[in-house]
Amino acid sequence: MPILETIGLEKRFGGIIATNGVSMSVEKGARHALIGPNGAGKTTLINLLTGVLRPTAGTIILEGRDITALPPHQRVRRGMARTFQINQLFVDLTPLETIGLAVSERLGLGSDWWRLVGTKDEVTREIAETIERFRLTDVMHTRTATLPYGKQRLLEIALALACRPQLLLLDEPAAGVPEAERQELLATITALPADVTVLLIEHDMDLVFSFADRISVLVNGGLFVEGKPEEVARDARVKAVYLGEELDA
Amino acid sequence: MPSAADDVSAFLARRGRWSPLEIAFWVFVFATIWLFPGKYLIMKDTAVLALFALSLDLILGYAGIISLGQAAFFGLAGYFAGLIAKYGIINEPVFALICSGLVAAGLGFITSFLVLRGSDLTRIMVTLGVSLILGEIANRYSNVTGGADGLQGVDIAPIFGLFRFDLYGHTGYVYSLIVLFLCFLLARRVVYSPFGLSLRSIKGNPLRAGAIGIPVNRRLIAIYTLSGGLAGVAGGLLTQTTAFCSLDVFSLDRSADLLLVLIIGGTGYLYGGLIGAVIYKFLQDWIASLTPQYWQFWIGFVLVVIVLVGRERVEGWTAAARAWIVSLGARRFARPARLRASSERR
Amino acid sequence: MLTILFDGVAYGMLLFVLACGLSVTLGLMNFINLAHGAFAMAGGYCTVVLVNWAHLPFALGLPLAFVVIAVLGALLERTLYAHVYRRSHLDQVLFTIGLVFMSVAAVDYTMGSSQQFVLIPQALQGQFIVFGIGMSKYRLLIILICGLLTIGLQLIISKTRFGSRLRAAVDDGRVARGLGINVGAVFTLTFAFGSGLAGLGGALGAEILGLDPTFPLKYMIYFLIVVTVGGTSSITGPLLASILLGIADVAGKYYVPKLGAFVIYTIMIVVLIWRPQGLFARGAAR
Repeated sequence: MPILETIGLEKRFGGIIATNGVSMSVEKGARHALIGPNGAGKTTLINLLTGVLRPTAGTIILEGRDITALPPHQRVRRGMARTFQINQLFVDLTPLETIGLAVSERLGLGSDWWRLVGTKDEVTREIAETIERFRLTDVMHTRTATLPYGKQRLLEIALALACRPQLLLLDEPAAGVPEAERQELLATITALPADVTVLLIEHDMDLVFSFADRISVLVNGGLFVEGKPEEVARDARVKAVYLGEELDA
Repeated sequence: MPSAADDVSAFLARRGRWSPLEIAFWVFVFATIWLFPGKYLIMKDTAVLALFALSLDLILGYAGIISLGQAAFFGLAGYFAGLIAKYGIINEPVFALICSGLVAAGLGFITSFLVLRGSDLTRIMVTLGVSLILGEIANRYSNVTGGADGLQGVDIAPIFGLFRFDLYGHTGYVYSLIVLFLCFLLARRVVYSPFGLSLRSIKGNPLRAGAIGIPVNRRLIAIYTLSGGLAGVAGGLLTQTTAFCSLDVFSLDRSADLLLVLIIGGTGYLYGGLIGAVIYKFLQDWIASLTPQYWQFWIGFVLVVIVLVGRERVEGWTAAARAWIVSLGARRFARPARLRASSERR
Repeated sequence: MLTILFDGVAYGMLLFVLACGLSVTLGLMNFINLAHGAFAMAGGYCTVVLVNWAHLPFALGLPLAFVVIAVLGALLERTLYAHVYRRSHLDQVLFTIGLVFMSVAAVDYTMGSSQQFVLIPQALQGQFIVFGIGMSKYRLLIILICGLLTIGLQLIISKTRFGSRLRAAVDDGRVARGLGINVGAVFTLTFAFGSGLAGLGGALGAEILGLDPTFPLKYMIYFLIVVTVGGTSSITGPLLASILLGIADVAGKYYVPKLGAFVIYTIMIVVLIWRPQGLFARGAAR
């Protein structure tokens, strides 16, 4: 059973069609990559999936339930989390506070205005685990704004994972990460738990082909080609769309 | 070696603890009851202003909502407290104060939907608009509110039937301090809670806050309501301790002064409103003794200068001053340990 | 009833002349100038000085008020306002409120706190009765002057080179500068013009709105409402909003005296809930 399904998803901005009748499905436990040239509408699609944008037409189904009308925070509660192409972090908070926030929220403690943060053992344990897993232990008390970019990127992913999603949407996680910190990031993505389905948008073809078990190609807002990595790599139309770019299989 | 979990646990436990400086602050504040017996009236006004500023700090410093209309809650509760005392509807002041606060919180809840939508500009205009509308209502219905002359004939009964409001303002001041302290405790609890943390995240990045499951609008409504309630308690307190309420509770002056208090004191750490109120009252007292009539001119002047100099720069100075004071306090409390260590060496 | 309509239109057009400068600076420079009312007040007091004390004719007092306040506006813009453009909206609000406080106190100090009246020439007192509608001559003049101003403004914006420079600067200041348009000069001129208009409005409106040192505080909310409801991306938006509000206010005060003033406030809140960018705003709000 697919964990995510879209049926005829469409988004118009005035006369521009950013998402053109996209019908796709993502299988549970899959490592699904979404690629396409610039301006193909990949981020728009993610914004539609997460509820930041309202579709002009179409349906989104998460784990068998229609979520098209749900606001973003409720989709998170249903098990969908995302990262942003450009880091969207809480610059004045520390990684500890940031992760603590997501964990408290998920455990339903977010509206508690009487108790201190972290009075529950399970909260502090989970915060510590997440911070250790993402190698943020040495910077957990540092203000996010002063963290190096690579660490910020790790925090970006850690934050999404702290929501314990069933489906994780990664929007160009390697974007802007300097070569030196790229390995750490790739290792972290590869080490994501197997029961979390991952939908990955990326331009970095090394990452895509080493990571994905299924690839969808988005062009001009519409689904162009979909299939196993080897199939997509061999497809001549895909090569043509990328203007002769070499796709290593 | 301590595990990360222990480290996290210890840090979070320490986070909400009262620092020695905080305790010293409040000890001193309550000591003023005995230290400055001749100054009850102005100290009481400062306490009211501090509570009022605290209410704005909650939404401005923690949730990032710009409001020029806290005076709406202040004035509504002020008139409510005056009217229920005047007509004997609720005689016991503490109960009346709680009711006034609830009424203001109700207004906060109703108007919170207005500040959810739109930009900063919209919020400024809407909040300003609401307070001006209420002022206009109070003006129109002068048969009820006393209009420009103010609400007359307000008689406040003794607190709990025991403590009569006296001419020197002693009861009034102690009452105000206790109310301020209790409201401060509440605000402090809220701020260090998960709810408070979520507010800070909403202020910093509302998009991401929503993306990690925080129901942004619900939280904003909640804090705006609380803030309105606290502003209302301040307004009711003023009416009860002066046995009077007039139209200027709704004026733009009050909302502007409030912002000035928070600029002086700093936002986002709870004590900004309190410290700012004290400094502001000092300034006001001093300037009023120089030019009693044109106080407004100098307020305007200070606002203009602060903005020209740069609010961040001014806030940077106050933050630096704060840090220096905190470091002084830290050094003082670290001395005994050093003495012990040196005496051990001998 | 038609008299009320007439009065409402006159009131509305006066509001428009007063508020359009605010709308333009907000739309052009994304700058909230709550001190706009102070310029209007200055214009009113300027006319009082010129007409009542210096005994200049009313017809001369009005344009002089415009010029004097426009110059004042240009001066303040260059010396003070220009430093605050880049700041946050909160800073701008604090700054302009500070200016309002200073101007109110200064006027109170120099001119006293009682209401001032401009000596209106005999020819403008009284009213015409046309088809049973009582049209006050003064209000007729207001409609005439404001109407001409509106047409003039619209022509300037759409037909002249200055107008296209202004529109370019509004759309995208950086690109406009890149094209060689002196955006700073455009700002100063526009600000001066807007302030001058406010001054003229204050002079014209002294008779109807009442002129005393609290004018900027009393009427600030009205200007804000015009700008909120009318939006900042056109001339017609604030115009229609002003007329709508003028009629609503006059009619409200006549038919439902106790609640009259609230009609305006309620409209503002309803509009803000429904359309945060204003009723007539085009495209994306800033």
